[in-house]
Amino acid sequence: MKIKPLQIIAHIILILGVLLMVVPIWISFASSSHDSVTILTEGMKFHIGDQLARNYNEVLNEKGGWSEEVTAAKMFINSFIMALGIATLKVVISAMSAYALVYYRFKLAVPIFWLIFITLLVPLEVRIFPSYKIVSDLGLTNSYTGLILPLVASATATFFFRQFYKTIPDELLESAKLDGANAWSFFIDFLVPLSKTMIAAMFIFMFVYGYSQYLWPLIMTTAEEYWTVVMGMKIIYTESYEGVALPRTAERFAYIILSMIPPVLVVVFLQKWFIKGLIQTEK
Amino acid sequence: MSFLDLKNVTKIYPNGTKAVHETSLSVDEGEFMVFVGPSGCGKSTLLRMVAGLEDITEGDINLDGKLINEVDPSERDVAMVFQNYALYPHMNVYNNLAYGLKNRGIDKETIEQKVNDAAKLLQISDYLQRKPSMLSGGQRQRVAMGRAIVRNPKIFLFDEPLSNLDAKLRIQMRIEIKKLQQKVGVTSIFVTHDQVEAMTLADRLAVINNGIIEQLGTPIEIYDNPKSLFVAGFIGSPQMNFLDGNIKNKTLSAEGFEIKDIDSDFEGEVKLGIRPEHLSQSENSLINLKVDLVEQLGSDNLVYGQLKNKKDFCYRCPGNQTIEKNSNLSLNIENNKYYIFDKSTGKRVN
Repeated sequence: MKIKPLQIIAHIILILGVLLMVVPIWISFASSSHDSVTILTEGMKFHIGDQLARNYNEVLNEKGGWSEEVTAAKMFINSFIMALGIATLKVVISAMSAYALVYYRFKLAVPIFWLIFITLLVPLEVRIFPSYKIVSDLGLTNSYTGLILPLVASATATFFFRQFYKTIPDELLESAKLDGANAWSFFIDFLVPLSKTMIAAMFIFMFVYGYSQYLWPLIMTTAEEYWTVVMGMKIIYTESYEGVALPRTAERFAYIILSMIPPVLVVVFLQKWFIKGLIQTEK
Repeated sequence: MSFLDLKNVTKIYPNGTKAVHETSLSVDEGEFMVFVGPSGCGKSTLLRMVAGLEDITEGDINLDGKLINEVDPSERDVAMVFQNYALYPHMNVYNNLAYGLKNRGIDKETIEQKVNDAAKLLQISDYLQRKPSMLSGGQRQRVAMGRAIVRNPKIFLFDEPLSNLDAKLRIQMRIEIKKLQQKVGVTSIFVTHDQVEAMTLADRLAVINNGIIEQLGTPIEIYDNPKSLFVAGFIGSPQMNFLDGNIKNKTLSAEGFEIKDIDSDFEGEVKLGIRPEHLSQSENSLINLKVDLVEQLGSDNLVYGQLKNKKDFCYRCPGNQTIEKNSNLSLNIENNKYYIFDKSTGKRVN
């Protein structure tokens, strides 16, 4: 097969794109395997050093914070619980509210939809004081419920589910009705399986959204046992080193690499569904 | 009371459109009823009201001696085959067939047996594990029928199920549907806009126009004895020829010829209808046709031409006759088979 010049150019562009994405991550990873002194004196590294196990072990298990009790491992668990809770509830609530908006043709469906849509203009950061007030009055500060609950309503996901449900032909619903499906079984037996690629996509977006929350957990948590990874990132960068101690640059890189793993895992795991949905056109 | 009874059924949509006007109709058990009419005539609405997918504005529908106006579609015990089949895309064929049974709480062994029986009847046993997207048009059609059959419903409803198939497959499936209905013996209503389908499938035929049943009868009755201008024009292919005319003292003067001693007391403006197949060539002719075009179908020739006053006219003759373009034919009406309709009301008057 003859290779055309256009193809070569296309490949060069693609390879450049890949390098742009991968090189910073590789540098972070390579740098995280040296000791801090080397990096401070010689700059960032492109090759793997000999301090890999030590650095990662230290980052994961060293106790920190004011009480010297919280570890990075605990923060990973917290972030994971928070992101998982937010993503799961967001998907469930959005899918159900979209179902109600599309299939129950009550008079106010359209105004209600726009009302939900308008909340896009009021992100959490804008309404953070009222939100904090409500959550604190409910006594939910320093709890997973408090971390998750204010973030579970999603206009974006509702909108995407609504658009998807609208493409499902009416005959499917009618046929299911004649087959004895009720409102609940139509949702579970039809809409959920038909939108599973959609659900996977939304879950990934919402997981990353939940995982990268910073301001809300910062305000919500006073107890260190509820600290999240993103908060920890700030702590590890601003920790005070008195006297002769050096900034722990290598550990910072290790921490960054570790903090990327959960979202990457979610994407890798759910990608299967994506590809499946792309290959089989089921409509 | 017959098996399915519609009494003064009316459908008015919320926007004020009247789709069905006070329609009354009864269907006997085991009968194959066809609703035929042009698109937008209300035939599908009528069918969907029987299925329970549309609310009934006025009137009553009784099925098997029970008033079903307010009964939920799932409890009416009706099965419907949709125009686009509405197969469940994420389920394989087996589950497509089994879904309705599962919802009725039937145990697994019985479901399996019923599905396998239906699959065997429709010759889809080999595809039970496939998804609908992997089936051809004809196979999908069969699955849609299987989904109806497997539930053993009181009535089958077909909403133009053949219109998505190509011409050859349509004829084949038409025959299969008819055979299947005779074998299973379930009361059926079939909606179509194709008059050939309607004629071939129906035990009885309802010709619907503008939300009103224009005529109800066996296909032959309707073909031989159309009661209105609309029915006469709709049933029969090629279409019946219509000529303007006038009746005075039992004599009809049409465009260029006269018919004496007609069997009607009507006087005034009329339309004369003559089917292309009820004409023959003869010496002492009524009609002179100048031939424009001949379509040779093999068994028949369709001759299109013009009368003296440039009016289009069609004549159907056996395929073994050779007819030249631009020749002049003299035609006669066979056995006085002509139809006269009141021009203002469209009602038959002879």
